[in-house]
Amino acid sequence: MKLIVAIIKPFKLEDVRNALTREGVVGMTVSEVQGYGRQSGHTEVYRGAEYQTSFVPKLKIELVVSDDVATEVVEAIVEAARTEKIGDGKVWVLDVAELVRVRTGERGAEAI
Amino acid sequence: MHYSAGDTAWVLVSAALVLFMTPGLAFFYAGMVRSKNVLGMLMQNFATIAVVSLIWVFGAYSLAFGPDWGGAGLIGTLHFFGLAHSSQPVPGYTGAIAQHIPPLAFVVFQMTFAVITPALITGSTADRLRFGPFIVFVALWSVLVYAPIAHWSFDPHGWLYRMGAEDFAGGTVVEINAGAAGLAIAAVVGRRRGWPRSPMPPHNVPLALLGAGILWFGWFGFNAGSALGANTLAAHAFINTNTAGAAGLLGWIAMEKLRGGKSTTLGAASGAVAGLVAITPSCGFVDAVGAGVIGLAAGAICSVAVSAKFRMRLDDSLDVGGVHLVGGVIGMVLIGLFGTAATGGVNGLLYGGGLPLLGHQAVAILACGAYSFGATWVIAKVLDRLVGLRMTPEDELEGMDTALHAESAYDFGGSFLRSLGGGGFRPAE
Repeated sequence: MKLIVAIIKPFKLEDVRNALTREGVVGMTVSEVQGYGRQSGHTEVYRGAEYQTSFVPKLKIELVVSDDVATEVVEAIVEAARTEKIGDGKVWVLDVAELVRVRTGERGAEAI
Repeated sequence: MHYSAGDTAWVLVSAALVLFMTPGLAFFYAGMVRSKNVLGMLMQNFATIAVVSLIWVFGAYSLAFGPDWGGAGLIGTLHFFGLAHSSQPVPGYTGAIAQHIPPLAFVVFQMTFAVITPALITGSTADRLRFGPFIVFVALWSVLVYAPIAHWSFDPHGWLYRMGAEDFAGGTVVEINAGAAGLAIAAVVGRRRGWPRSPMPPHNVPLALLGAGILWFGWFGFNAGSALGANTLAAHAFINTNTAGAAGLLGWIAMEKLRGGKSTTLGAASGAVAGLVAITPSCGFVDAVGAGVIGLAAGAICSVAVSAKFRMRLDDSLDVGGVHLVGGVIGMVLIGLFGTAATGGVNGLLYGGGLPLLGHQAVAILACGAYSFGATWVIAKVLDRLVGLRMTPEDELEGMDTALHAESAYDFGGSFLRSLGGGGFRPAE
């Protein structure tokens, strides 16, 4: 099992979700996060004084998938989230040691 | 004594309009501070309403508008203390300027001016004053600074009024006075920790716009009410007020654009306020052209003036100097150019009146500005030595709302977790 973590631009959430649905992924966790990479923040001006915002709002998506579909799922997220402009985000993948469905107690791939 | 029902009604309504400006100002300022200091700012302004309302009735009104003490035009006596002798006419207003309203209507109308003036000062010291000492400051300042200057400029027995300086609704008494005092107390208490390197942007610009709108609305009472009657002069002041506010708004945002930036909403609100500030002394003395020029000049010049504090290294946090002192000076000076007897008062330079009026205006600006700055500096310095005006560094970092008032303005974050009982709760006893 793999944990896929994706940082994306907030307005790309619908696209990513639709792409994942097409891949057969049936659940995800989304959080609002802030951060920066190569994309710098933006500038706000109040009465002539400029304020640099160094953290940019992003969404973090987390989902667990089985090993055999992980590559395709990552590909789907990347394709859907891409605008080809700076700040499109990152996707990374981690091994998952154990997974339990709380309601039934199912374990491993059964719990996905 | 015969009173005019129309005049009385207008002045009473104007008093209510002007009182409403102070909550408006509170929100204008509160929108511009950080989210941890919102209640601290609102509280200072609301408390000012309460403190000055009492000080005015018990002393300050009489010092400002009571019978002149010694005939020098510097200060009134305590003849009207506690509203004693309130059926007697206000002493300075005789002959052509005799009032046709009950003296108590004048008392309450002028009270609302005395309230908003120290409230304006709160912008310069935002985020860092202790609450108790602030209350003491407002009380002392109303008696020692506001009352004398009101006597000089507003009371017909005052020395500036008699000299011929023209100030219709408070360019000196309110705007220059608050601006100079704001710079003085900001200099005494010092800069906010981290200023100007740490970002301290406004936390809620819509709140500032709402406050500016309330100010604009109330300003009609401020300026047109200062005619002290429901008459042509009041109508002149009313339309001039609106013209200058509008021109100020456009002047500020045009200047932002011309300097290579974008037109900002906070700039629009600030420009309107700057135009309204500048027309305050002049609304009853100029025509439509004068009002437009004064508003435009104030909007454009104040948009640049607010940057001076960074060069001066003086943390006038919400630009009381840059908007109210500078705007007040612009309005006072331009009366000397655009004053026209066709509206009221005497002709200025551009209307064939020569230089005397300009000279009188300059004396009024310098006298009020210097006295306000000096006296405020002394009051603040003495208070700071005796009790300490400034919050502790820990409280300043935490913010006024929780540190001084045990409340927070917004409960957006973490409210769900809090509702689950994680924090504990004790019902009021």
